[in-house]
Amino acid sequence: MNEAPQPLISIKDLKVHFPVAGRGLFSRSNQVVRAVDGVDLSIQSGETLGLVGESGCGKTTLGRAILRLTETTSGQILFRDQDLAQLSNSQMRAQRRKLQVIFQDPYASLNPRMTVSQIIGEPLETFRLASGEARKRRVQELMEMVGLNARFLKRYPHEFSGGQRQRIGIARALAVDPEFIVADEPISALDVSIQAQILNVLARLRDQKHLTYLFISHDLRAVRHVSDRIAVMYLGKIVELAEAKSLYANPLMPYTKALISAVPVANPKVEMARRRIVLTGDVPSPINPPSGCRFHTRCPYAIDACRDVQPQLVQIKPNHFAACIRISADEPDIEHVRPGDAPGLRQTSTSHSA
Amino acid sequence: MATPSNGNLLSVRDLRVYFETEDGNVRAVDGISFEVKRGETLGIVGESGSGKSVANLSLMRLVPEPPGRIVSGSINFGGLDVLTLSRTEIRALRGKRIAMIFQDPMTSLNPFMRVSRQLMEVTQLHLGHTKQQARAHAIKMLERVGIPDAAERVDSYPHEFSGGMRQRVMIAMALSCQPELLIADEPTTALDVTIQAQILELIKQLKSETGASVILITHDLGVVAGMTDRVIVMYAGKVFEQATKQELFERPANPYTLGLLRSVPDPTRDEETLYQIPGQPPDLARLPPGCPFAPRCERVQEICRNEFPPFVELTAEHHSLCHFANEVYAETSTTG
Repeated sequence: MNEAPQPLISIKDLKVHFPVAGRGLFSRSNQVVRAVDGVDLSIQSGETLGLVGESGCGKTTLGRAILRLTETTSGQILFRDQDLAQLSNSQMRAQRRKLQVIFQDPYASLNPRMTVSQIIGEPLETFRLASGEARKRRVQELMEMVGLNARFLKRYPHEFSGGQRQRIGIARALAVDPEFIVADEPISALDVSIQAQILNVLARLRDQKHLTYLFISHDLRAVRHVSDRIAVMYLGKIVELAEAKSLYANPLMPYTKALISAVPVANPKVEMARRRIVLTGDVPSPINPPSGCRFHTRCPYAIDACRDVQPQLVQIKPNHFAACIRISADEPDIEHVRPGDAPGLRQTSTSHSA
Repeated sequence: MATPSNGNLLSVRDLRVYFETEDGNVRAVDGISFEVKRGETLGIVGESGSGKSVANLSLMRLVPEPPGRIVSGSINFGGLDVLTLSRTEIRALRGKRIAMIFQDPMTSLNPFMRVSRQLMEVTQLHLGHTKQQARAHAIKMLERVGIPDAAERVDSYPHEFSGGMRQRVMIAMALSCQPELLIADEPTTALDVTIQAQILELIKQLKSETGASVILITHDLGVVAGMTDRVIVMYAGKVFEQATKQELFERPANPYTLGLLRSVPDPTRDEETLYQIPGQPPDLARLPPGCPFAPRCERVQEICRNEFPPFVELTAEHHSLCHFANEVYAETSTTG
């Protein structure tokens, strides 16, 4: 990950806009939801990139767009050097083997009328990877890999608990030997004692199979634990990107600071001593996002310029990028920047993007 | 059946709530006892199927019967024997002296009714407000929970509010009669962390203003750490551990509590592999004969599989349901 060769996934200026349904039956309004609005991001092979943000920030749409489960409006999605956004449906189907997804809700994402064997074996048939005895052996092997008893081959999803169902979902995603997996809130529907089990299964499989993950979650504690780097998303844009540990320990952007300070810690001493930055208000609508920096309506550090200037994601510290005009590489700590000053506006020439 | 003294607002004794299901008799709550003191926040921690929600529904006699049935026990609230009250008496209690908020605000809000009317109904019924008084009170409550432009927004429908704002509306409704006990069942689970922080802050602030007691049901140990005074940990319909917050986090005396605490990723520490409690939450219709946690417990002994564990007293305020409670307590005391 250090000497970054060619990334496995490289997203360039990706936009996903949804038209808003009009009021009448046949009318269409001209408004669009800017779910993903100009995202640049790359994911190295073998890396786990965490993607966090509040609901409605576009993180799920971004994950789905990378896999072409949602059509993109513009931009590139390079998988090695192939632009997935340009592929026809049939070309994409061939690629789909290498790109898999694990969903949040293990209750909704498994067909209740299929046995575990059919669920996990289906992609093997679809991609003609195995049939008959070989298929059965492969399914059993996959079940054991994710910690399910292979004796349960003929059981139906409802006979399993939530955690076991999530394991079935993981086994199905792994059946085709993918290289890249989007895990969209894979633990948030699970009990606390089961969340740790699933996080550990995902980590073990990554190491064994050299998988690359995009791990989408609103649970910052879990994301910090599993990710190498974390990207923070706000209203369709990436606003901060850094190594997981340094992002958590030293967030630069006010939004990330607030997000992290809001995470409850299971330690009464930490909780009592903490100074929480409580954000006022909700996430604004992505239909009409605020001008300039989209966070300025809730930002305790916002100045007039924040309303006008769209901040770029620039490197503030080594491998630590943030989109905020109130900080710069020379003055990275917003607490120490002079009131009203915007050092980020002064050095646009030397900055490079993520 | 003692009447609560020494500052207890609520006292639950040996409560048992069973459900008759196709799968057999499910002992959702199986002999739990606890108290809530005046002005304190009690946290109830548990996973799905632990009985934490059923226990609290019984406090307001909201368990659907059938299939549910309160088999035995007593619930004493401010001197009232809740389980023997008539329907009319219990209705006078609900919403007035005991109020409840839920994970999904739409559980308590009517989607077809303006917020004003829903808030006004409560105080017209319980406090005998006139229409004008009730409306003024409704606006005041919305202001108190931090809804901007309350006077204009009071006539909106619930769907016109965002998730966090809807949660506030529900809290305003729950608190409009100044209840003595607020039961909050996973009040922030569906919310983003930033909104969660706002709502928890609000509950804290309103609690200190009104002096109400709070029962906070949650699966999030971080929320417990920040919000509560005392905690009970439930598993398989039983109280597994009961302690002050400080003790519970620093000196847990039950392997299940210890496992829960260790399985939450700690952002202040770096661990390669997360500790995990093996196995699945128990099937309440098929509990093993001994300790219900025995099949998942890493320090299980022969006795755990055969004999139901005792509720061991470690200090006057700290109890643990475990054959080896004293040993676990001694270990966590030395390791910190």
